[in-house]
Amino acid sequence: MSDAVHTTKQKAELAQSRKTSTSYAVFLLAGFALLLIAPMFFYPIFLMKLLCFALFACAFNLLLGYTGLLSFGHATFFGGAAYFTAHAVKVWGWTPELGVLLGVAGAAVLGLVMGVVAIRRQGIYFAMITLALSQMFFFFCLQSEFTQGEDGIQQVPRGHLFGLIDLSVSTNMYYFVLAVFVIGMVVIWRFINSPFGMILKSIRENEARATSLGYSVARYKLGAFVMSAALAGLAGGLKSLVFQFATLTDVAWQMSGEVILMTLLGGIGTLIGPIFGAGLVVTLQNYLATSDFPVTIITGVVFMVCVLVFRRGIIGEFYASRFGRMLGFEHRH
Amino acid sequence: MTMIFGIPIQALLGQLLIGLINGSFYALLSLGLAVIFGLLRVINFAHGAQYMLGAFVALLLLQYFGINYWLALFVAPAIVGIVGAVVERTMLSRLYKLDALYGLLFTFGLALTIEGTFRYLYGSAGQPYSVPSLLAGGTNLGFMFLPIYRGWVVVISLIVCIGTWLLIEKTKLGSYLRAATENAVLVQAFGVNVPLLLTLTYGLGAALAAFAGVLAAPIYQVSPLMGTNLIIVVFAVVVVGGMGSIMGAIVTGYMLGIAEGLTKVFYPEASNIVIFVIMAIVLLIRPAGLFGRDA
Repeated sequence: MSDAVHTTKQKAELAQSRKTSTSYAVFLLAGFALLLIAPMFFYPIFLMKLLCFALFACAFNLLLGYTGLLSFGHATFFGGAAYFTAHAVKVWGWTPELGVLLGVAGAAVLGLVMGVVAIRRQGIYFAMITLALSQMFFFFCLQSEFTQGEDGIQQVPRGHLFGLIDLSVSTNMYYFVLAVFVIGMVVIWRFINSPFGMILKSIRENEARATSLGYSVARYKLGAFVMSAALAGLAGGLKSLVFQFATLTDVAWQMSGEVILMTLLGGIGTLIGPIFGAGLVVTLQNYLATSDFPVTIITGVVFMVCVLVFRRGIIGEFYASRFGRMLGFEHRH
Repeated sequence: MTMIFGIPIQALLGQLLIGLINGSFYALLSLGLAVIFGLLRVINFAHGAQYMLGAFVALLLLQYFGINYWLALFVAPAIVGIVGAVVERTMLSRLYKLDALYGLLFTFGLALTIEGTFRYLYGSAGQPYSVPSLLAGGTNLGFMFLPIYRGWVVVISLIVCIGTWLLIEKTKLGSYLRAATENAVLVQAFGVNVPLLLTLTYGLGAALAAFAGVLAAPIYQVSPLMGTNLIIVVFAVVVVGGMGSIMGAIVTGYMLGIAEGLTKVFYPEASNIVIFVIMAIVLLIRPAGLFGRDA
């Protein structure tokens, strides 16, 4: 009797999970198809900016959403990688893919250094420490030679991908950025669903219990931090090729705040939420770029509203809504 | 000319004084942060914005109502404190039952909004606020020249810091505060109005920041951006000191200000990162901070 009940329940769960996967796959394919044809309808630079920031926000969410660590210093990895890539491509004449890889490696090293110091404290202190260290990196960039101080590294050539494909053609550049974005997203998805990712979630839910189960929590946190930094570096390196410059704006604390807002707005701990958050924030910035009304005020107000009444974010609210539940999304958190 | 370690003694003492003044602001601000955090468990990111507000309110009071420095020293913190209390009551208080990170994010948004608004209204350029005539000029101490206003800042901040410490450690109100920090539910059960206490605490913290802002107005220019870069340094100060103790916050503030001043003499390039470096070293050696209780 009890066996039968059990099986029915399991069947229902299995069906539910299949329904979720199907809905998810449909949405992802539709999104990917849209991105493929998007350059026909939108300004390519805008789309590339959006993809870079979407990847940045997803990388950040890896830490906040799946490990429960709020980093206030992700600008360091984003902007640091932008500088490394720009320098390698412009001064050393590296090809773009190698330049981006150097950016990723550099960001990972910065992540390791910052991570080692920051994971010694938890919660709110972690946020303050990452912010302070990131400010230190900002001053370093301000004074050091290779970043060219206030001017930044200008006129970075996009070069030829693998020495073959000319990236100064905007369509080529777009599909390169899209390809890197998809690779980045697949890496994030694999990472979250790996045993490593599961342990991270268990740390987020109950750190003490994860410790008591024998996991070296500090090491896992550090791993997640470096991973997140490297992916943020991927986005930053790419960004310096898209805009052909790397400046202090990328390493400033405002950038760290921006990526938090994107993630919060889209939905903390959802795989695709940050993409929507980034889309909204980038669109808003573009829209306001022509007026003299400062973006900061709107950013600040959106921040407060999100924290007060909209903590699940757009995608989180969608998953929790009736429609989202109907499609079988409620398990995805 | 007398030299110490190859540095003229005048330069050394001059930087020491600047360090002491910066330290006064670090101490005042980290004290406010510690008081708010102690009871509300909220890191007040808007502390820098409230410091800026204090300076701006003083400037506007002078421009529109002709209210002088001495009155502004009381009126500006009162206004900012009341605004802070209103924000706490209407919005911040809804976040206490959530993860502490939301309080940080909310006050971050608040800081952006305040700064953005003032930048929109008054531009990013700094505006001068003149030193009150009573404190203008300087005095020659024989070994160095001391601008009187700077001396005043050091003295009055020390007095306010110690006064706040006494208020919290030695008065009845302070004992309620400390008890509520330990166990808010129990204190409420004894008939103390804890929500009111929280509101007062946030208002007091904001007022302290604004007071520091008014003190800073004649030294630095009054600008919408004066708060945020400062608050990040103060965060580092708070991490070094550990937020467990009020006295710890004060002592750490002065110590790090002086350390920064000395770095300006011996190795100027590192002067704006020295506090962060000290923070990293302290974290590696003593993660709880110099005076911290909780890890």
